Order: sequence, then C-alpha cells, then structure tokens
Amino acid sequence: MADSKRLVVLGSGPGGYAAAFAAADHGLQVTLISDDEHPGGVCLYRGCIPSKALLHVAKLLHEAKMARAWGIDFGTPRIDLDGLRAWKDSVVAKLTGGLGQLAKARRVTYVRGRGKLLDAQHVQVELTAGGQEVLEFDVAILATGSQPLLPGAFPQHPRVMDSTAALTLPDIPERLLVVGGGYIGLELSTAYAALGSHVTVVEAGQEIARGADRDLVDVLAKRLYAICDEILLDTKVLAMQADERGVTVQLAGLDLAEPERRFDKALVAIGRRPNSQGLGLEQTAVELDPQGFVVVDAQRRTAEPSLYAIGDLAGQPMLAHKARFEARVAVAAILGEPSEYDPAAIPAVVFTDPELAWCGLTETEAATRGRDIKVTRFPWAASGRAATIGREDGLTKIIVDTHNERVLGVGIAGPGAGELIAEAVLAVEMGARADDLTMSIHAHPTLSETVMESAEMFAGQSAHFLQRQR
Amino acid sequence: MATEFKLPDLGEGVKAAEVSKVLVKPGEVVVVDQNLLEVETDKAATDVPSSVAGTVVEVRVKPGDSVPVGGVLLLIDESTAGAASASGSAAAPPVAATAAAAPEPLAPVATPAARPAPGAAGDPVFAAPSVRKFAREIGVDIKQVVGSGPGGRISSDDVKAFARSHPATAAAGEHRAAPAGELPDFTRWGAVERQRLSNVRRVTAQAMARSWATVPHVTIFDRADITDLEALRNKVKGKAEKLGAKLTITAMMLKLAAGALKVHPTLNASLDLAHNEVVLKRYVHVGVAADTDRGLVVPVVRDVDQKSMLQIAVELGELAAKARAGKLTPDEMQGGSFTVTNLGGLGVGHFTPIVNSPEVAILGLGRATQEPVWVAGGWQPRLLLPLSLSFDHRLVDGADGARFLRWIVEAIEEPLMLVLEG
Repeated sequence: MADSKRLVVLGSGPGGYAAAFAAADHGLQVTLISDDEHPGGVCLYRGCIPSKALLHVAKLLHEAKMARAWGIDFGTPRIDLDGLRAWKDSVVAKLTGGLGQLAKARRVTYVRGRGKLLDAQHVQVELTAGGQEVLEFDVAILATGSQPLLPGAFPQHPRVMDSTAALTLPDIPERLLVVGGGYIGLELSTAYAALGSHVTVVEAGQEIARGADRDLVDVLAKRLYAICDEILLDTKVLAMQADERGVTVQLAGLDLAEPERRFDKALVAIGRRPNSQGLGLEQTAVELDPQGFVVVDAQRRTAEPSLYAIGDLAGQPMLAHKARFEARVAVAAILGEPSEYDPAAIPAVVFTDPELAWCGLTETEAATRGRDIKVTRFPWAASGRAATIGREDGLTKIIVDTHNERVLGVGIAGPGAGELIAEAVLAVEMGARADDLTMSIHAHPTLSETVMESAEMFAGQSAHFLQRQR
Repeated sequence: MATEFKLPDLGEGVKAAEVSKVLVKPGEVVVVDQNLLEVETDKAATDVPSSVAGTVVEVRVKPGDSVPVGGVLLLIDESTAGAASASGSAAAPPVAATAAAAPEPLAPVATPAARPAPGAAGDPVFAAPSVRKFAREIGVDIKQVVGSGPGGRISSDDVKAFARSHPATAAAGEHRAAPAGELPDFTRWGAVERQRLSNVRRVTAQAMARSWATVPHVTIFDRADITDLEALRNKVKGKAEKLGAKLTITAMMLKLAAGALKVHPTLNASLDLAHNEVVLKRYVHVGVAADTDRGLVVPVVRDVDQKSMLQIAVELGELAAKARAGKLTPDEMQGGSFTVTNLGGLGVGHFTPIVNSPEVAILGLGRATQEPVWVAGGWQPRLLLPLSLSFDHRLVDGADGARFLRWIVEAIEEPLMLVLEG
C-alpha cells in the first residue's frame, strides 16, 4: 500500500490539469497527456480565456462610446487587429506556460500526444513528436473534454468558422452570421459586434440564452438588439454555401422577408459534443450514454474501476469550473477519501455585456417542478453603484423557499454578474437563509448590495426599492 | 395549430423504440425539455423530452407500441404556450445553444438527459459542504438527518447526534466500498479485530460482485473418467520432469479445454451489449486461478491451443511460482478468454465457480475419486474427475454449455478427439 499509485490523466484542460496537480501534491506518480504545448486545454487555448480577453476589449470599446455622455470623448477608436491578436495570444501563452511550469515543479510528467486506452491498465500514446509509447497505470482519469459541433451540412470552408476558428481572430468580417443563440454564440456576437462586424444571430429555438430565466435574458436582449443587426428567433438554417467571397444561407422562419442572405463569414455555435470517440473505451468496460457522455458514479468512477471520467466528457453542464470540482472529487476518491459530487449550485455565466449569471434553482425550473417559492427582484435602477457606472439596466433576483426561507437560487444580469454570483453560490451551498444575506454587511456603494437588498425584499421592503403593495 | 411531436433520433443505429410509459395527458401544458414519454430501444431506456412548449392535444401512442424514429407521438398546440411555460432546461444550468440549424442533416443535438431532480422536495441537502463531507467521513447518510438549525438547516452537531442515535449506520467511511447493507455493531457480542483489505482482496471483491450482479450464471456438472489420462500422466511424469515440467491434471485439462473452446467458440467470447455484438476471440488464452498468501490471482497462459501439454505444464509451473512470490506482472494476468480453477487439491468435489467477466465461462475441477463403474458387463474401479462449468447465460445456452462439457469428457476418454477436432 505504501508504494505510490501510477496515475495517468488524459487531457489537460481545467479538469485534467487540476486532477494531475492535486494527485501529484498527494504523492501519486502522475503522467499528464495532451497534444498542446502546455497544459490548459480548450479553456485556455481555444475557449474561456481568449474569448474573455476579446470580451474585455469589447466592453472597453462600449464604455469609451458611453463616455461621450459623461463628458469624455475618445474619438473613434482605431483597431489594430494584429496588436489585439498578439495581446490575446500573449495572455494565452502566459497562462499556459505558467501551467507548464507548475506541472514541472510538481514533477508531473507531461507527455505531448494523443492517448488511446489499450485496456483498463494501459494507454498507448501517439506522440506529437512522432512515435508511440505505451504507459501502464494503476488508475487513469479521462478528461478529454468536448469539441464544437459542426454537422456535415455546414460547408467546410475558412469562411465557416466554429468557435475555435473565430477565437483565432483571423479578420473582422463586415457582415457576420452567427448560428446559435447560446452562450458561445452570444459572447462571440458581442465581441465581433464591438470590433465592428454587422452581426446577425439565428436561433432555432424561441429564445436566446436558453437555461436562464427570461427576466434576466430580457436585460441582455435589450442590449443585443442594439448592437446586432438582427436576432432571428425560431429560425433555422436550411442550407449554407461558402465560396471565395462569402457565405450564402437559406433561412426558414416565420415572416422572414428575405430567406436567402449573404454574409462575409459565418460562425456556427450550436453546441458541443464530448470527445469520447477514439479513446479506446471499447477496450474497457466503460459505458457511454446515448449522447456520448461517459457514465460515472458519484465519485466520477466509470464502470471500469481503474478509470475515472470528469469534465465535459462526463456530462452536463459542460463548464470548466464543474470539471475542476470533479477533478477534486475523483482524486479524493482515488486516495480513498469519502468524496462525492454533490454540488447544490453550479454557477453559469454568460460573459456578454451585460453579463448573465445564475446558480442553484431558477424560477423556470421551480415553475416546471411546481415548487413553492418566493422570488424577489431588485432592479439596479435603485442601486447607487449602478448609477455611478451608468448601468442602471441590471437586475438581481433571489429564489427563496417559502417555508424554510432557504435561498435556493440567485440570478443576476448586469456588468460584473459573473463576479457577483460567487456570493450567491456560497449562500446556496452553505444553506443560507434570506436573513443570513440581509444580516451580512455588504460594502457600500457596491453592486453586491443588490444581493442583500433583494434578500431584504423577501421579508418586507428593501431600503432603496419600494414594492407596490398588493 | 397543433404540431406533430415525433420520435427524435435516439442515437446511432436506433431505428425504432418501444413506448414504455406516457407521462402526459391531453390538455396538459408542457414546457420545452419536459419529459413526455419513456421509451425503450434495443440499446437503452430513455426519456423523450419535448422540443416545444404548448398544450397536449392528442396522445397517439400507448405503452407497448413500437414507434419508428420520426413517427408521430403526440400533437401539441404551441399557440397556447404561455409565459409560465417559458422554457429552460429542467436541470442543467448551462445555456445550451438550442441547436439552430436545418432539417435532417443539420439535426439538433439532443439535450443531454437531465440529471434526476434531487430527492424529496427536490432540493439539495440543507447543509454546508463541510457538514456534508463530515457526514460522509463518519458514514452517515445526511439525507436522513433532521436539522435543528433555522428552517431545518443541518449542522455538524446534528450529524454527530444522528450518528450517536444510529450507531449501526455510522460505519467507517473507508469500508463503504463493501457491498451496501448496514453492518451491525459486532462489538455488542464480543471482541472483534479489524484488518485493512489488501489490494488483491479489494479487486477480487469488486470483480466478483460485478460478475455476480451482472452475469446470469448457470452451473452444470459432469464427471470424466480420467483413469487412462492419469495412467498416461504417471507414465510420462518422469520424462516431463527432466524437461522441467510438472505434468499436472490442471495442465492437461488446460489443453483439453482449449480444444473444446476451438470447437465451441461462443464460450471463448465476450458480450458487447453496448454495441449489440458478440466478440469472438481468435486466440485461446486460459487463466488459471491460483491460491496465494496474498489472495486469489489468475495468471494467464497464452495460446494454449498452439502449445503441447508439456509446454503448458512448464509455463504453468513458472507462472505458479511467480504468483506465489507475488512477482506476476499485470500483463501476465490480463487477456484471458476462459478460466480454469482447480479446488481438487483441497478435497472439493463439485462447486459453482463465478465467471471471470468479461469472459463467459469458467471450468472448475474437483478432486478425482476411485469409484466402481459398470464397464462392459462388470464393475471396475475407475478414477472419476468432477467437472463444474459455470457460464453466462446471456450468451451461452444450457445446451451449448452441456455440449462443451461433454466434449471435454469425451476427449478425456477418447484423446484422439483432441487431434481430430481441437
């Protein structure tokens, strides 16, 4: 028992590298396998990080425009695309390089290549540098993530991008079609619109940002309608052709004036699928669900006792922070500790401007389940802090159990919502009641007061927003 | 206007599904992602969530109906989708992009099955993560704990109090891997000693529990007259020893089993239910269960069908020595397609071995005994070897198993069979 276990981690995104680091810190012999130069995975190389760098720029451009109303004129911004790309790439390089250093310092063996299981104890790696290597392990954590869905009917052409291609920022198209009104489509629409593209969003469903409560989405929608040329709901792409000079699409939707449209480029962001193929899983007892996710138990163990799976590969929600939590659960289980994947609240954040963030129970879910709740909404128009940044369009809402007064969920729309949601996650996880939030002093003047004030509204009235009596 | 709600694409290769349950009634208001039906395909049972919101106008199917992909299940009137039915995925927080896109080729991604809504009122446990962890550590199921805090919040004191009043449920967290079922407090009846499970024991426990739980076992018994085989063994034993081989009945039976496996390939196979396939192995690698100080290990002799009994005997001797010394490599314990286990040395007759899944059969050898047998009009003392064959009835039928075992019995009594067929 004393000899240290050999752990192989396949995939080095936020799930994979977190698992590798934690395991190494506990004395396991860890090999981390990924085909990128450094750890980081999609999140750092082709997802969260580069997109957030671009969205920061988008926000800056927007505020510079708003500043005219505050008595400051920056003039018309000149965008140096090469400079912007270089800065974004330098952010990615710095963070991934840092992870490489951390891996080295922890004596995690980083192998560049693609791993494929031979059985429940061996993995064969096609090395990036050429050649093969077979590694034997006691335990492996599969963290191979997901990839953008690009069905075959969308032409394979440089003018038709998935999110990975769009984030390389090849150019700023004059007219951009974004297919898919989920968080990836909306974030990239925001970034490209700020950089000057005329953006049209096409969403097959009846709403954008599905999953979030409508009152929060409405806050975002107002601004999206202002920065995008068009947002077409209930509209499907029937066909798409790409040529040297642009992209032609045939759309189908209600009362659509021109079903055939021409764009300079198209971005397809209709979802992601787990990378469960080509891993050699068929050589093991590992089971997949109909959507291709690896089936795991509460410890993230697969049907094969020596194999664990975490992150996008192991099911929804496909979020980096959920992967990181699962990494902790799986490593603890491997160490023989009683761990369990039992989050009460997983924050979801859409990094548009304004941001959307929510956690725990949503009002929509509560309605579906017929759950007895009380919802209070605090409009940011009543927040002093919101007024000082010229953003009174936000909204903070909390969802409280009518009987035990427990905070079951929180939703926020407004700049910084992604940061503000942290308090809400803690509240839901700790089993806080509405009065726990009102009795915790919130700094003034900050946007975090909106969380406290919406909790105040549960018991009666908040200081700054008087509800009409019913 | 009513929309036809059709059976969506349920995954690769699935062409139809059988309705097992209809979860909605005409007149009921449904929202996007709400489960409308439960269906069963030949691969899995699954829920069918609604892709639209509205009022159910008509249910066109009933439990037991088989519906092709694309077949109409219900009519839903979307014009009645009110504010209350504003959709949202039932449980998954992420904002999934509703698969935009076109008709068939650009088919939307099915929303991954929502995790089952958490228990009772459906809410997460009313306790902080550190309290939940503490409960796990001392083996308390926190869902059973009643909280004494405001609104019923559970504190670590509540967990401790629960553990004190329910000593039986608070088992040491470490042993949770053992099959569920709560252990009584054995110290109430006398002193006990607790020992840590060895790795081998843990692996055996898991593998056996998995096989026992998933494999429908059938065990059949027979006896083989090994009088002549034993005579042969005694005759060549000395010669074998000079070659470094200890010619045992086990080694000889390995060869015979390999012959039977060549003739009956379904016993040299694995079942791949995920793909609806049988994996027939073109190799015959036979595992031999070995009793060691550390517990049960199963080294594998490769390509038994291509080796002579003497070669097998030499290899088996080497593997057994390594097993006793704890020197077997993982490689030497993998890749078996069939297993032989011999309890004869311990005096056992027939027994019911557990299939070493994903293999589908295991042959158990018992202790051979001298018995009177009626041969050609007279009683003769013959040496009879008890044989027990357990197999996975999902793949191997009783008759298949019987034919396999009979083949071995006859091959022992008629060794030329091995040359003829095996």
